[in-house]
Amino acid sequence: MSREMICINCPMGCRLTVDDTDKSNIRVQGNTCPRGVTYAVNEITSPKRMVTGSVKVDGGTIPMVSVKTREAIPKGLIFDSLELLKTVTLKAPVHIGDVVVADIGGCGVDFIATKNVEAV
Amino acid sequence: MRNINLVIVGGGPAGLAAAKAAYDAGERDILILEREAELGGILNQCIHNGFGLHTFKEELTGPEYAARYITEVINRNICYKLNATVIDVSNSKVVTYVSAEDGLVQLQAKAIILACGCRERPRGAINIAGMRGAGVFSAGTAQKLVNIDGYLPGKEVVILGSGDIGLIMARRMTFEGAHVSAVVELMPYSSGLNRNIVQCLNDFDIPLYFSHTVVDIKGKDRVEGVVIAQVDEKLQPIKSTERLIPCDTLLLSVGLLPENELAKNAEVQLSNTTGGAVVDENLMTNVDGVFECGNVLHVHDLVDFVSAESENAGKCAVDYINGIAPCRDKTVISCTNGVRYCVPTVLNRDEHYAPQSFKMRVANVFKKVELAVLADGVKIYGRKRPVVAPGEMENITLTAEQMQTLKQAKTVEITLIKGEVK
Repeated sequence: MSREMICINCPMGCRLTVDDTDKSNIRVQGNTCPRGVTYAVNEITSPKRMVTGSVKVDGGTIPMVSVKTREAIPKGLIFDSLELLKTVTLKAPVHIGDVVVADIGGCGVDFIATKNVEAV
Repeated sequence: MRNINLVIVGGGPAGLAAAKAAYDAGERDILILEREAELGGILNQCIHNGFGLHTFKEELTGPEYAARYITEVINRNICYKLNATVIDVSNSKVVTYVSAEDGLVQLQAKAIILACGCRERPRGAINIAGMRGAGVFSAGTAQKLVNIDGYLPGKEVVILGSGDIGLIMARRMTFEGAHVSAVVELMPYSSGLNRNIVQCLNDFDIPLYFSHTVVDIKGKDRVEGVVIAQVDEKLQPIKSTERLIPCDTLLLSVGLLPENELAKNAEVQLSNTTGGAVVDENLMTNVDGVFECGNVLHVHDLVDFVSAESENAGKCAVDYINGIAPCRDKTVISCTNGVRYCVPTVLNRDEHYAPQSFKMRVANVFKKVELAVLADGVKIYGRKRPVVAPGEMENITLTAEQMQTLKQAKTVEITLIKGEVK
């Protein structure tokens, strides 16, 4: 089957035409760099997404701290990962890179803090 | 009144980058004035990732990107004041700010960089009829409520406008448990980045209605629904296509306007197209020693471009402080055939020939075009583009030799050559 896709690796947003009739030989057209092919193949075989959010922090200069997955996680885990975030309350100080939730849903990726929040 | 060499109004990405570059160019007497309680500006509430690919060659979230520049500023011991709101900038470069700590303070600056960003167009700017119930927010306000304050402003959401903040808030509200039933876009195309349409809407099956708008808002105390309608080629709503979408929240992502109240006070000439100042290639306005950079000058797609532009403004401000005289003889760059605007707006007819970048936006979606720079009607640069769109800023860089030709020309034109590209 042939399908249209927009590559999101960079702001170029190349319009890709992907033919995955032969799963072992997915054909990609329209990309301007090799990352386009990797993107299209991954989108079909194992789509992943970065997830960002914010969690409560007690005793800090601000009430919430922003977090992200250290790397992209399987797309199917997005909403499970967000449920995990709701159960967390951190204590200030929090620093960029601190682990907020370890090993999200057994996928091996952590949520880490993306902002420094000092204690008051 | 205290004298100071360089005052930077705004401690967001533009102000931080300008300060860093000014310091690195040798200036030590710098003060950043920031009205919020922390540095970083709008990046603090942009917790999604996608920042910094150009600057740091990696994808960062907004707060991480801000932290990098804040560290650069702090490592250089550059002075900054928080909770300090600038209320006036005069033509003679007197900066007046107020803060709870200092009261009202006036500073006589040698140079000023306005890096005060932009604000969102509100409901009043687009005249949506209807009731005045609670639940109508600008997308950025909703973003602040969710990401900084930890409040969800609504559960059933319609978003008007498919700019990047609107798209990102569609995903963000979905993540926090709200249901986004539609994103409605007046134009037949989105002004947001493709990757946001893919990752913020398509991933969650949120429908995007092009050529539609909100014509009525229902609900006395709280929004109960909005009426949307398709629009014709003249962007006028078509009565027979009206339909009600029940919702409790309407988010507006209908464009950003450079915040130039201070510039107006300083008698800075503004562009009708960008809403920002008219600047030369040194990012200096018509007022000697007053510079603009970042979203106060023109609204950028990527913070990376804001940083690069602002570093240039920082350097140029130091040149001015060090006595390099401004050039009085200027050529206005004319934008034609679908090019909406270009920054810089004017070129100095001096003999300073250095590589120069030009940023521009087009007025519509055009396919298979060539973006061309003409000096006295002769093409000196051309770049073929398979597609250009208003949502994606075009960036070209000319060599020192090309700049020499351009600066010596009587007319300079940036244009789109259509249908001739093979």
